[in-house]
Amino acid sequence: MAACPATGRRMGGGRAARVPQSVRSSDMAKASSESVAPQVAQGFWRKYVFSTDHQIIGKQYYFLALFAALVAMFLSWLMRVHLAWPRLAIPGLNALSASGAPAGLMTPEYYLSLLTVHGTLMIFFVLTTAPQAGFGNCLLPAQLGAERMAFPRLNMLSFWLTFTSLGVLLASFFVRGGPAISGWTAYPPLSALGSITGPGEGLGQSLWIISIALFCVASLLGALNFITTTLDLRAPGMTLMRMPLTAWAWFVTAILMLLSFAVLLAACVLLMLDRVAGTSFFVPSGLIVSGQMIHGHAGGSPLLWEHLFWFFGHPEVYIAILPAMGVTSHLLSCFARKPVFGYRAMVWATIAIGFLGFLVWGHHMFVSGMNPYSAFAFAVLTVIIAVPSAVKTFNWLGTLWGGRLRLTTAMLFALGFVSIFVSGGLSGIFLAEPPVDVQLHATYFVVAHFHLVMGMAAMFGIFSGTYFWFPKMFGRMMNETLGKIHFILTFVGAYCVFMPMYFLGMAGNVRRYAQFVDPYLQPLMPLQRFITVAALGLGAAQFLFIFNLFWSLFGGKKAGENPWQATTLEWATPGAARAVYRGPYEYAVAGQEQDFVMQNAPDAGPSRARKEAADDNADQISNA
Amino acid sequence: MTTQTKFPTLEERGFGDGGNGGEGSAGRSAGGNGTALSVGPTGIWIAMASITMFFAAFTSAMVVRAGLGADWTRVALPRILYLNTAMLLASSVTLELSGRSLRAAREGPFFGWLMATAALGVAFLAGQLDAWRELAARGVYLATNPACSFFYLLTAAHGAHLAGGLLALFYLVARHRRIARGASGQTILKVTTLYWHFMDILWLYLFLMLALWV
Ligand code: HEM
Ligand SMILES: [Cu+2]
Repeated sequence: MAACPATGRRMGGGRAARVPQSVRSSDMAKASSESVAPQVAQGFWRKYVFSTDHQIIGKQYYFLALFAALVAMFLSWLMRVHLAWPRLAIPGLNALSASGAPAGLMTPEYYLSLLTVHGTLMIFFVLTTAPQAGFGNCLLPAQLGAERMAFPRLNMLSFWLTFTSLGVLLASFFVRGGPAISGWTAYPPLSALGSITGPGEGLGQSLWIISIALFCVASLLGALNFITTTLDLRAPGMTLMRMPLTAWAWFVTAILMLLSFAVLLAACVLLMLDRVAGTSFFVPSGLIVSGQMIHGHAGGSPLLWEHLFWFFGHPEVYIAILPAMGVTSHLLSCFARKPVFGYRAMVWATIAIGFLGFLVWGHHMFVSGMNPYSAFAFAVLTVIIAVPSAVKTFNWLGTLWGGRLRLTTAMLFALGFVSIFVSGGLSGIFLAEPPVDVQLHATYFVVAHFHLVMGMAAMFGIFSGTYFWFPKMFGRMMNETLGKIHFILTFVGAYCVFMPMYFLGMAGNVRRYAQFVDPYLQPLMPLQRFITVAALGLGAAQFLFIFNLFWSLFGGKKAGENPWQATTLEWATPGAARAVYRGPYEYAVAGQEQDFVMQNAPDAGPSRARKEAADDNADQISNA
Repeated sequence: MTTQTKFPTLEERGFGDGGNGGEGSAGRSAGGNGTALSVGPTGIWIAMASITMFFAAFTSAMVVRAGLGADWTRVALPRILYLNTAMLLASSVTLELSGRSLRAAREGPFFGWLMATAALGVAFLAGQLDAWRELAARGVYLATNPACSFFYLLTAAHGAHLAGGLLALFYLVARHRRIARGASGQTILKVTTLYWHFMDILWLYLFLMLALWV
């Protein structure tokens, strides 16, 4: 890299040329005639509802996810209570569905409806939405020094498609038969044959497919926006290797979304055709359902769906977790007052996880009768993913090592993320071994694995992001005392709810059953009840968060410009020149007065040489 | 017609080093770095990657489904597909010619070739519909057997994507005066051209897959 004499900074390839004033202003004229959100006063609808402003859109996504999370959590309460006390009628449940819960006692099928909507809401509308589209829209442009997202109107369209998609999914509660019962994975033939396979498999399943197809389109458009913004709109001097790790995470996640949601969309089209047009992509011959022979379909294969679904599904779990990993790296550095340990290694680990994520989908299908040699190949590739995951974990520990920790609520959640991610991730290695998985597949062991490594870990990422960026997003601080109580309850609660599930799984407790009536499961019932009580408590603790969030919106302490003394551009003075002179995590740099240097702070004289030496040093460490 | 219509260079796309020191923030705030000029082409490349995955999913499903069993009965492809293919290829050529005329500041040919492209695009879609009609006349429908399911599926999905490109072409036709004057729409022309060629290549791929498997 060459140093630009005028500014004394290092430049990214080819981006240093000066632009004649005339071109710049004509550019600007065009830009404003295109789709920049105009600064002039707008009506309420254009400003807050059908907004093209990425900050508003980000908040819209965030609150949509919050709503979805509350609904999904409520459904999980219903399920947990039913699992622990299968004969207990839940007052009022019959009002939600007279046929699904006559006299308040849910049918097994209605349990599956709740399960399906719970999983779909959480995975798509919470974990795919809040960390990426929510925080990403609010912060990606700011962190890159861009004024806006690349395609503001497309951005608005993405949000409203997501909104519609959520509405379509929830509408299935109110149609005949209720919501689909085939789970978030919607395996055929159950999902392909219509209402003969159960209540919810009529209109409910169709609505599920439509909802997910809409979600796919919205996600594709969103991903397009994120990638283009990252490639094209970075501020001068913001080279790729100077991007904050959050921006890297959003970027790689967007690429995963771009490639995987396209496949899910195709799969949804095929499934819908099997349902309504009489084709046989997924429906095999000779099926007998509920004592009836299925006519009109022949020769298809449910495995085809499984392959398509998991080709999407595995990248999807990384879509859920990568942004949270980015937030964690970002925060650990800020609150340990140390540069990220091995920045480059972190970037490469993110890319490696994204790439390998496309090669391992078969590990969800070990028991589908696949060729043992393919199973072996998938197993090896799966275990290889553990390597970049471990690189990240060790780099987090390295970042913490010797740091001067500031245990803010945001930091606590980031630390909690590391703990929970490890507790959930290690069990993945067991599941990745086909002979072990034959035992553990479709048991609570898997439920424990993914709720910890994905569900809880990503939630921790969302929480730490919220506590950290709230001052940036809303101009006020959240209450730290409430936050810390919320953290402790959530941390303990998460372990109490999900760790015991490992033991259930090892004892052979199957998943996706509405009741555990078999004799061999009876000794486990006390543990089931413990989990239910813990789940109720964990859920209740979230109301502290909700209260804190809404109370702080209006009553929180006014936040300063850079309350965490962070280095990245989202904390830069509004309107300051967005040129970037250095890497993202310059905390405790030798020879500086403050213990942090912002990315847009120009270098002052001699300290630059020292800093470059430090840079090279860091590179060497991370390359080693 | 004297307007120059070359595409923006890197600096014009806003990768320049403005904004430090004296110019202050106001000069940058309207999206000075990076405008619709630069993001359009990037965006369409990215969209093409996604569309490629979409069709890769369909065609791999086709290959797998074909290998599954005895119910895969091949159908003779309607002959009109060859004509359609030729028309689509020709439309790519005419669109290129249109762009060249524009760069040479010849408004008449620019508009003429643009119209020709749009017409060929419409003719292609009509031809695809005719292929469907012919199959239906033979009693071959979407669900008749899996091979023709994929025929209908792939042609429909391609047609839908092509229709999007056609809408963009109509838009260009409607605005051809302004474009020729260099006032605006350059990006849309560039983006549409890229997309249209992509639709062309995509169709060649699909046609090959259909010829081999259906
Ligand atoms: C160390 C790396 C990991 C390995 C080796 C691993 C391995 C596995 C395997 C083999 C299964 C299939 C189990 C079965 O159904 O029998 C599985 C399920 C699952 N994993 Fe992981 N995993 C890892 C990390 C993750 C991460 C980081 C996430 C999410 C962020 C995740 C989310 C899931 C989910 C959601 C399922 C279950 C899907 C379902 O059946 O509904 N895993 N994992
Ligand atoms: Cu997986």
